[in-house]
Amino acid sequence: MPKDISTSSDKNSIQAAEYVEKPESQLKEMWATLRQNKAAVVGLFIIGMLTLIAVTVWVSELIGVQILPYDPNYSDMSKSFIWPNAEHWFGTDQLGRDMFSRILDGTKISLFVGVAAVAISLSIGVLLGSIAGYRGGRTDAFIMRVMDVMLAIPSILLAIAFMAALGKGLDKAVIAIGLVSIPEYARIVRGSILSVKENDYVQAAKVIGNGDSRIIFKHILPNIISLIVVRATLGVSSAVLDTAALGFLGLGVQPPFAEWGDMLGRARGFIFTAPYTLIFPGIAITITVLAFNLFGDGLRDALDPKSRIK
Amino acid sequence: MNEVLMKVQDLSKHFTIETNFLGKPLSVLKAVDEVSFTIKKGEAFGLVGESGCGKTTLGKILVDLYSPTSGKIFFEGKELSALNKKQRRSYCKDIQMIFQDPYASLNPRMTIGDIIAEPIIINNLLPPSEVEERVIYLLNCVGLARHQRNRYPHEFSGGQRQRVGIARALAVEPKLIVCDEPVSALDVSIQAQVLNLLDDLKAEFGLTYLFIAHGLNVVKHISDRVGVMYLGKLMEIAPKRELYANPLNPYTQALLSAIPIINPEKKKERIILKGDVPSPINPPSGCRFCSRCFKELDRCKLNAPALREVSPDHWVACHLYD
Repeated sequence: MPKDISTSSDKNSIQAAEYVEKPESQLKEMWATLRQNKAAVVGLFIIGMLTLIAVTVWVSELIGVQILPYDPNYSDMSKSFIWPNAEHWFGTDQLGRDMFSRILDGTKISLFVGVAAVAISLSIGVLLGSIAGYRGGRTDAFIMRVMDVMLAIPSILLAIAFMAALGKGLDKAVIAIGLVSIPEYARIVRGSILSVKENDYVQAAKVIGNGDSRIIFKHILPNIISLIVVRATLGVSSAVLDTAALGFLGLGVQPPFAEWGDMLGRARGFIFTAPYTLIFPGIAITITVLAFNLFGDGLRDALDPKSRIK
Repeated sequence: MNEVLMKVQDLSKHFTIETNFLGKPLSVLKAVDEVSFTIKKGEAFGLVGESGCGKTTLGKILVDLYSPTSGKIFFEGKELSALNKKQRRSYCKDIQMIFQDPYASLNPRMTIGDIIAEPIIINNLLPPSEVEERVIYLLNCVGLARHQRNRYPHEFSGGQRQRVGIARALAVEPKLIVCDEPVSALDVSIQAQVLNLLDDLKAEFGLTYLFIAHGLNVVKHISDRVGVMYLGKLMEIAPKRELYANPLNPYTQALLSAIPIINPEKKKERIILKGDVPSPINPPSGCRFCSRCFKELDRCKLNAPALREVSPDHWVACHLYD
């Protein structure tokens, strides 16, 4: 007999019998482990700041209040190529627009693109990977060969091909970037489902009468969620990079809207005369990507129960 | 006690190991090969054999985890493979399984209460308001306490986890439970507790067990009748007492002689078998056991002996008793 039964036979038996323990909070433990990792905390802090900037800029635009020092899209040719000074912290670009305002404004687009593209590739990739891994056989072979074909083509090239079919524009860039990274998620999910589905608890779920979709969503996916979350966090950073690359090629955001990659691309001719027009957008991209990578790494440790601190 | 609950007829399960590029099988593993037996209502039918002899595969076919290559399963007179998916589902609900490894058979992301509640919910056995009460009742039945309901499996010991696995199997009120070596992963001291629990639950819920084990001593404790398997074939079926007192098949004799005796003074003749278990991909022709048998006859190599009844309720597959 388990020892807990004997404790309920003492004078507190009624309370003990009625008392049901709360499930332990897995989130709390995760947070405790994450906090130990300084790099991850820094990453999380930067992500928080970026989100704050993006949301503030977006809201102020919606309600029509200008909180950026200058209108990011207002050009004044008489003020072009001003080196960074007290008035224009990051200088002005070739059209005389304030770089500082444009970079803050670009945060909104980069974060949106990162999260939206990951949402697209994550949902489709997890679904395809689950079906392939769980079903196996021909379904698996068909889905994974299609994924292999997509992986065989360099992702930026594939994204350009998608853009050629879909047309230019930010929304299309998001879809293109989302679509090209589907195989990464599908592969990861398929691989882990292959190993998890052999567990007895999945077979047990089948024996008690679960349907296939319930087994996948209730019994298999929760056990590989940490892998998916980590990959998604790292995926945001690569989506930000891909947007920048598309922007650099002039396929992403259309002028005059500010986007870091687009700013880099348009300023590349002035690298010697006005290097600050390249340096600051470059730093913004680097910081964002770094923050997501640091946070993703920390999250991987925090989600692994073996390395968790109690 | 004499009503037949399950009848298995010539059941086979072959796994294809290798295929050529056209999908034609090159080598086939016969995990279960034309096995026939019956399980009577209310009994515990023990199934023993070495590892790799197909016991677990057989158990998994019975709970519909694997589909058989050939053969028929009758449950309460209905042939399961003839039913469509939906009808089979309602029958299979009555056949549940307790898994071998309690560390692998519980979903680590679900509380034990949720694990036990799930079969009740998905089979719509009770209105949602009564599920919780039933879960607590089942927890108590297997010797766990109400307050442990919201704990996760990793907070329990092996024996306690196996109790959760038993409660989950009981939740749908099954008629037959396939126990797949339910105690082999547990400490010896815990083994007895779990075996006694299974025995008590059998009486309380009117259950029938197919009890799979790899040692005759565990089966001796709980079974009424015992079947001995070797390389996918049933070698001998007999009531427990009869089998232990009068083993007929040489393989059963060898298995029984391997059980350690507690009294060190008592000398016992030990039958040591020669060689290893042959590969089930390429089993010996004729009797599966002939390559290791110490009473081998000439015809053993030529044709396989059929399982026949040599004395009332004692079935054996061996040419010695033709």
